[in-house]
Amino acid sequence: MVYLDHAATTPMLPEAIEALTGALAVVGNPASIHSAGQQAKRLLEESREQVAATLGADGIEVVFTGSGTEAVNLAIKGLWWHRQADASRPRLLVPAGEHHATVDTVEWLAEHDGALVEEIPLDELGRIRLDALEAALTRDGASVALVTMLWANNEVGTIQPVEEVARLTARAGVPLHVDAIAAYGQLPIDVHGLRRSTGAAPGTGIVALSVSAHKIGGPAGIGALVLDRSAAVEPLIHGGGQQRKVRSGTQDVAAAASFAAAASVVAARLEADARRMSALRDRVISGALAEVPEARLSGDPDPDGRLPGNVHLSFTGCEGDSLLFLLDAAGVAVSTGSACQAGVPEPSHVLMAMGRSETDARGALRITIGHGSTEADVDAFLAALPGAYAQASRAGLAARATSFDR
Amino acid sequence: MSGGVDSAVAAARAVDAGHEVVGVHLALSRMPGTLRTGSRGCCTIEDSMDAQRAANVLGIPYYVWDFSERFKADVVDDFIAEYSAGRTPNPCMRCNERIKFAALLEKALALGFDAVATGHYASIVTDAAGNKELHRASAWAKDQSYVLGVLTAEQLEHAYFPLGDTPSKDLVRAEAARRGLSVAQKPDSHDICFISDGDTKGWLAERVGTATGDVVDRTGAVVGSHEGAHAFTVGQRRGLHLGTPAPDGRPRFVLEVRPKDNTVVVGPKEALAIGEIAGSRFTWAGEPPSDASTPFECEVQIRAHADPVPAVAVVTGGELVVTPQHPLDGVAPGQTAVVYVGTRVLGQCTIDRTVSAVPVDA
Repeated sequence: MVYLDHAATTPMLPEAIEALTGALAVVGNPASIHSAGQQAKRLLEESREQVAATLGADGIEVVFTGSGTEAVNLAIKGLWWHRQADASRPRLLVPAGEHHATVDTVEWLAEHDGALVEEIPLDELGRIRLDALEAALTRDGASVALVTMLWANNEVGTIQPVEEVARLTARAGVPLHVDAIAAYGQLPIDVHGLRRSTGAAPGTGIVALSVSAHKIGGPAGIGALVLDRSAAVEPLIHGGGQQRKVRSGTQDVAAAASFAAAASVVAARLEADARRMSALRDRVISGALAEVPEARLSGDPDPDGRLPGNVHLSFTGCEGDSLLFLLDAAGVAVSTGSACQAGVPEPSHVLMAMGRSETDARGALRITIGHGSTEADVDAFLAALPGAYAQASRAGLAARATSFDR
Repeated sequence: MSGGVDSAVAAARAVDAGHEVVGVHLALSRMPGTLRTGSRGCCTIEDSMDAQRAANVLGIPYYVWDFSERFKADVVDDFIAEYSAGRTPNPCMRCNERIKFAALLEKALALGFDAVATGHYASIVTDAAGNKELHRASAWAKDQSYVLGVLTAEQLEHAYFPLGDTPSKDLVRAEAARRGLSVAQKPDSHDICFISDGDTKGWLAERVGTATGDVVDRTGAVVGSHEGAHAFTVGQRRGLHLGTPAPDGRPRFVLEVRPKDNTVVVGPKEALAIGEIAGSRFTWAGEPPSDASTPFECEVQIRAHADPVPAVAVVTGGELVVTPQHPLDGVAPGQTAVVYVGTRVLGQCTIDRTVSAVPVDA
């Protein structure tokens, strides 16, 4: 099978598998005082430091979570609640087209906690409108609890102007959380560097950043929140007080070790991999547009403006699920893009936020390249695409007329 | 694959028969519930997961296809429009006609499939000339040929009902258990799938609003009031709350619903007796009769679980007109009259008008 859905999850790296299986045999709870516990603790903290090093942070600033989604929840809810402790700061600024981990979390805060969620619009490439964000921060910045945003969009791959947003929030004295789950392993991330370059005072600017291990070749079931020393969050999970009391619960040493192994490997070859993946990506784009002239690229056409591994195409007049089915039958695994509940597809809210029509959004296909992707994978996709497109066009849209309307 | 036991076993039998089978679950709502409540409703996330588990056990691919827009337009909105027009629709038939054997079938054919197989209890028989005929299932108690009566020759050509020859539902459940399908003992779904709490009256009231109107007898005399004509069905006895008793003290039944002036007509039970049924929206399930303009003997069934009754049918004046041998009770415009010859489904019409067997002054 040709696997081109690396944004959903990507195969574990051999180094990560080795680290995982090796560490599974380690006995001892890292919170225990005896030598066995200390051994486990040592492995855990070394892993934490390795992950931190790939993110421009210190080990103490890395909080391991059960998933990227948990990290996002901890950042957004944790910052929100903490920011309500000493003053009323009801506004929560969030760009349109965020991942559901963010969308559903801020919706929950709006429903249950009185958050006034202000959506910052995207431009037609999926990039946050900085003028709108600046205006929202200038208008009574003291009432803003936090800003949260994606580093790069998980669906259309558009890279956000993170440094500019970090600067705007630092200037406004507002904390910023960045969901870097899609960007991690493909773009360099340096939290301390960003804080320095944007002149962030304690507790302001970029203070939190979420990542996930399984998107970079580590195991599923572990994510991390980088939480700057100067930032405080209310915990979501209470208990034994592990991880600075921010996230209680016995820590998964083996998963942390595996995550660290993947992070180190990926960071060491980031530049070369990004270059190689970009070249494959550009071949997919030019090949697909040549094979199917009706296709349209979504997101930023500038190679430097989109994730090295992301291709997002719309095929007007087709259902994305028809294309996915036909490509799957041809042995090529791709995605329709957006998250779905129990496999129930919905038109992408990201494309809708970029001003595209629902028909356009229904015909979306996301092809994502990973570290192990090859020229042969791209060839296989490009070989299968024209036939799949022709047949999916005949199947048309489920929303279109059936023979009963004709 | 709905997530129920019937479609799971139908898929299993299709696999056993040597077909290349792909499981498809229809997403009919953009906001599916999480869990089934009791035996009502379907199309929840639980159902989708059950369908996927069944597909896993059978080793077949599984996909969810979104027909929510078409379902809303063709089934849900049609249901509301029919009630608003004073008719009693059957949304399951509309779904078979417009979704399962139209939107789904046409998409499937375009994607390279040959047929849509479902877990309906009905049989397809090929006649000597190679034409497909729709017949009752061998298990009379579970027979669902009525709700498939809307299928046309073209649709039957690409329909496949692997459960048609099963003697009973219990055997299907036993087979599911034997095959290791987790849905073997899952309760059947009942009622209308998009009205999850089963409260059709309340659901309709939310959508078409309520307005006080008159309840009248057959002479036009006002005998009570109601909160919206759409909530009433021909043949209904309960829930009329009439202040004025009938002169003869006998129970009264809804005889007619007139949405235009928001009026409900009531009268004695015998006035429900219908001597003639007619509808201009009729179809033939396969080859049409050689000469439908000459009256022919048949049986007519007017509800999914009603008994068929001997009748004479004829196509005249653009209508299929069916005259049952004995008057029928509780026939409402909007219902479907399915015409059988023996076990074969000949065709159907949506009932536009009925003729009472009892004149007003009787």
